[in-house]
Amino acid sequence: MLTIAPELHAKIIAHARADHPDEACGVIAGPAGSDRPERFIPMINAERSPTFYRFDSIEQFRVWREMDERDEEPVVIYHSHTATEAYPSRTDVSYASEPDAHYVLVSTRDLDVAEFRSFRIVDAVVTEEEVRVAAGAAGPGAGGPE
Amino acid sequence: MAIEVRIPTILRTYTGGAKSVEGSGATLAELLGDLDSRHSGLRERLVDGSGLRRFVNVYLNDEDVRFLGGLETPVKDGDTVTVLPAVAGGQH
Repeated sequence: MLTIAPELHAKIIAHARADHPDEACGVIAGPAGSDRPERFIPMINAERSPTFYRFDSIEQFRVWREMDERDEEPVVIYHSHTATEAYPSRTDVSYASEPDAHYVLVSTRDLDVAEFRSFRIVDAVVTEEEVRVAAGAAGPGAGGPE
Repeated sequence: MAIEVRIPTILRTYTGGAKSVEGSGATLAELLGDLDSRHSGLRERLVDGSGLRRFVNVYLNDEDVRFLGGLETPVKDGDTVTVLPAVAGGQH
């Protein structure tokens, strides 16, 4: 199951809509081992394509190094599909290289309805998981006692 | 001569789980050959018939080796080589 704060859920969808008709992509980092997505990191789609995405290699290096320094890992890796369903394609599966990440897919094929789904992709096996959008999950501006 | 090579999660099966290994060589090609002698199969995940695999990023210190010399990039003692699988995908 993916538990994600409403603000982060909204940011992913906003990013996908803003980049439509190109695919949007990015990461939400969280403390290593916590499975908590906390820090939203939209990435440039170096392909700038409506059917393909790729993180720019230097940007990826900087983001991964920064996560390492902060003892974080990529908890969510998200991207959008602009004309097809929010389900990992064969290409998505073949490039999935973070076995602990939640792979979030958003589809912007419908202007009014944003499809938001999450998957684990391990050893080329796709497993859909429930998405829980909950204020109790950590996120920017989340208040309340710890 | 020691060059640190940082290994991404999915390739740690070749290094017994180690996040980082050491190797030597005058070029990236030599370094990968050296690593492969102790971590058999690792090189093939990074290199194919035409050179460095397209969707694997290899960095020498802070630079992508594609912009340096690819497999012929010179490396030296004290350098850090980082391997990161490209994050990519598409609609089909």
